[in-house]
Amino acid sequence: MSTIKNRLSVDENAPILTATALTRLYGERVGCRDVSFSLWPGEVLGIVGESGSGKSTLLRCLAGQDRPTSGTIALNFDGVPINLFDISEPMRRQLMRTKWGIVHQNPRDGLRMDVSAGGNIGERLMDRGDRHYGKIRSSALDWLSRVEIETNRVDDYPRQFSGGMQQRLQLARVLVPEPKLVFMDEPTGGLDVSVQARLLDLLRVLVRDLGIAAIIVTHDLAVARLLTDRLMVMKDGAVVEEGLTDQVLDDPHHAYTQLLTSAVLAA
Amino acid sequence: MYVAVKGGEAAILATHDLIAEERRGDPSVPELSAVQISEQLKLATARVMNEGSLYDPSLAALALKQAQGDSIEAAFLVRAYRTTLPRFGSSSPLDTSEMAIRRRISATYKDLPGGQVLGPTYDYTHRLFDFALMAEQGDTVEATVASAPLDQTMPRVPDILGDEGLMEAETAPEGDPAPFDLTRDPIQFPPDRDTRLQTLSRGDEGFLLGLAYSVQRGFGGNHPFAGEIRLGEVPVRFKPEELGFEIDLGDITVTECQMVNQFQGSKDKPPQFTRGYGLVFGHSERKSMSMAILDRSLKNREFGEGVDYPAQDEEFVLYHSDNVEAAGFVEHLKLPHYVDFQGELELIRKIRQEFEERQTKPQAEHAGEAA
Amino acid sequence: MSAQTIDADYNFGYLDEQTKRMIRRALLKAVAIPGYQVPFGSREMPLARGWGTGGIQITAALIGPEDTLKVIDQGADDTTNAVSIRRFFARVAGVKTTEKTNEATLIQTRHRIPEYPLSKGQILVYQVPQPEPLRKVESSEVETRKMHAWSEYGAMHVRLYEDIARYGRVATSYSYPVMVNDRYVMSPTPIPKFDNPKMDHMPALQLFGAGREKRIYAVPPFTKVKSLDFEDYPFEVQKWNEPCALCGARGSYLDEVITDDRGGRMFVCSDSSYCEDRRDAGHTGTQIDWAKDKAYLDPNPDEAA
Repeated sequence: MSTIKNRLSVDENAPILTATALTRLYGERVGCRDVSFSLWPGEVLGIVGESGSGKSTLLRCLAGQDRPTSGTIALNFDGVPINLFDISEPMRRQLMRTKWGIVHQNPRDGLRMDVSAGGNIGERLMDRGDRHYGKIRSSALDWLSRVEIETNRVDDYPRQFSGGMQQRLQLARVLVPEPKLVFMDEPTGGLDVSVQARLLDLLRVLVRDLGIAAIIVTHDLAVARLLTDRLMVMKDGAVVEEGLTDQVLDDPHHAYTQLLTSAVLAA
Repeated sequence: MYVAVKGGEAAILATHDLIAEERRGDPSVPELSAVQISEQLKLATARVMNEGSLYDPSLAALALKQAQGDSIEAAFLVRAYRTTLPRFGSSSPLDTSEMAIRRRISATYKDLPGGQVLGPTYDYTHRLFDFALMAEQGDTVEATVASAPLDQTMPRVPDILGDEGLMEAETAPEGDPAPFDLTRDPIQFPPDRDTRLQTLSRGDEGFLLGLAYSVQRGFGGNHPFAGEIRLGEVPVRFKPEELGFEIDLGDITVTECQMVNQFQGSKDKPPQFTRGYGLVFGHSERKSMSMAILDRSLKNREFGEGVDYPAQDEEFVLYHSDNVEAAGFVEHLKLPHYVDFQGELELIRKIRQEFEERQTKPQAEHAGEAA
Repeated sequence: MSAQTIDADYNFGYLDEQTKRMIRRALLKAVAIPGYQVPFGSREMPLARGWGTGGIQITAALIGPEDTLKVIDQGADDTTNAVSIRRFFARVAGVKTTEKTNEATLIQTRHRIPEYPLSKGQILVYQVPQPEPLRKVESSEVETRKMHAWSEYGAMHVRLYEDIARYGRVATSYSYPVMVNDRYVMSPTPIPKFDNPKMDHMPALQLFGAGREKRIYAVPPFTKVKSLDFEDYPFEVQKWNEPCALCGARGSYLDEVITDDRGGRMFVCSDSSYCEDRRDAGHTGTQIDWAKDKAYLDPNPDEAA
């Protein structure tokens, strides 16, 4: 933990994200209810639960894609607090391209399928005004190697990539503007086991290296254990348990958490 | 061999004469009259009135004559003419419950007040040629008059369902503002229902038919029932400012279709049938039905349904349904584009040259090494 | 060419005065926000959509009895559509028409800017098929209006990047997107990119009409217009290896003409009036005799113009 703290250049006392009493209802159906927590710079928070637990709903609200029914989300990037749903749509869209990123479960949702790998990675740079083709291309090549994609594939299209490669390309696209906060929804979903392992390793290294704060939604406890510092367990839209990942997984208090952890099949 | 386009003006005038000759055809054959068209080709005339966005059967007939039967070219004539007409106001909304009904059917009820009035329709004919029609005379048929008249008014099926609370109500938007006027203002997205209905009403029958077909085949979520289709004459009323009361301007023929779709509902609201509405000039059933199916399909935003198929994509449907615009743009490809094509030629030649240079360069180097 | 008798069945300029006022209001708004697409209630015209109804409506809203009108298509006055539009205005406005660029007060054009530089007080009206420069990267109108509103133009540069990655150069030769007044990305209409530099700080007023898409936009005189590019791949225009075969011009846009079925070709100025003026002034090209021989230049030299 101390190595992470040394890399931080912002006030460690200010959380990067604070959710307060976050609730999202669909008529009478509860998406998520009364969720409150804080996330600090460089911290990785996991949200686990079965499908239907509300974790994806919660993530969509936190990422600014869905407006909560009640509650607030406060962000703090450079010492300036922002209330996520009070700011204008253009501001939100701009922040979504520069300050935080979303890694979708299906990489096709997070990539431009008709644009080359290099173009996909370079887009955020061009969004912010970069106008030197050579430099944009170098950044793209650099990032391709960081996500372990062969650089000679820079001009290939995402549909020519395997699922695992598409996911790593999405990662590069999200990380190139060096966001402070990344949301991931089942980042290893749909990938086979060996591919998953490789992606997880990569995620772990990148997140640590860049000091990114991240919120990762997953139903897979192994992913949670490998990537996250803290864990929130959700059931029927509510948070039933939270704490340090190892503690929650090794010594669960809530009956539901016990059920979850005991259901994990031996490898 | 290149021929100059100087003298283009003379060439253009010559085309007018040539097309007029084509239009007349064999001079020994009797000339077609506009009134023959408006009397004996009513369904074609109705299509031109709809797509031309102007109710005037004799004008639509003239357009068909001038355009040799090309209904899109005829609609174009009508539209251009409409631009020149002065606008002196808006009529009161038509009340189709007042319709002097000639045909009225419902697929949702076996029988209903007013009955199933089959009226004039091709629906039950066998599609066999009547070669007697090749002769130029003798086409006179008189249908027998029924012993008792039809009911004066017949309730509309959605109203019957509405009485039971089963039909989604048609409510005016808050404040009951004047409807959008597509003939005056450009369509803006996202469009409200008034804009959508106006656009659909003048849309190309073929395009709307294809899209409606796609909805029924599964490229869309709705399963429609034909609640009612009615054809007949309705009065048009107008309230001039100077008079302060309504006057009757005359009757127009319209076809109205009400489609009844599967019910919506949520935890807070009990389920109701949802409706699709089609209203067109003249006798034009297929168009009114297609319009009604698409009206419902394009309510997906309001019902929180997804946009997965073309018939649910309002920009796709509404932008491309106007056949006068579509024809103009597709056919504009006949205009000279050689300046831009020249640019493309220059570009492709340059890229190919650079490609070849890259191919020969390593060979040259290789040859240099070998030497 | 002198004015012709006006068709008395129509209002001057065909459109009624209310419609003209509506169009002028849209034009004023467009001039106030250079490069921004103003929606307007485009009317159906007697010429087909896609054939210049936007340009015609702007011209009809602006034209007055004192105006002198020039109409060109592909740079030439005598292409069929230019002839057709000019005849239309002769019929409904009876104004003087001309082929000489510097004599015109109002010039309506399809796909080219005249070679002869325009001056203050002239108006250039462009016919626009697709006003939305972002349409190729984003098919939804709702989305493109947001992109313009919030200057979200990254996707546009991605297209340029893709071209360079694939071809080694930007593969757009016409409708090359420009940034107007450092604020809006605009389509210059399908003029060849060769003409883009003429738009920058042009002394004349530039108006753009898209009839079918129902948009008007404008570039006021002396406004900055810059073609999109990368620092290391700067914008460049087309070049030819030879001058005009008829007048010898080296700096004008040339059309390719196939002269025989054995691959013979010659290049001639696209701007017909410019070429003619140069020939009248004594300039000549390598194919001038061939052209005269084949009656290319004037098939009916004995008939009056």
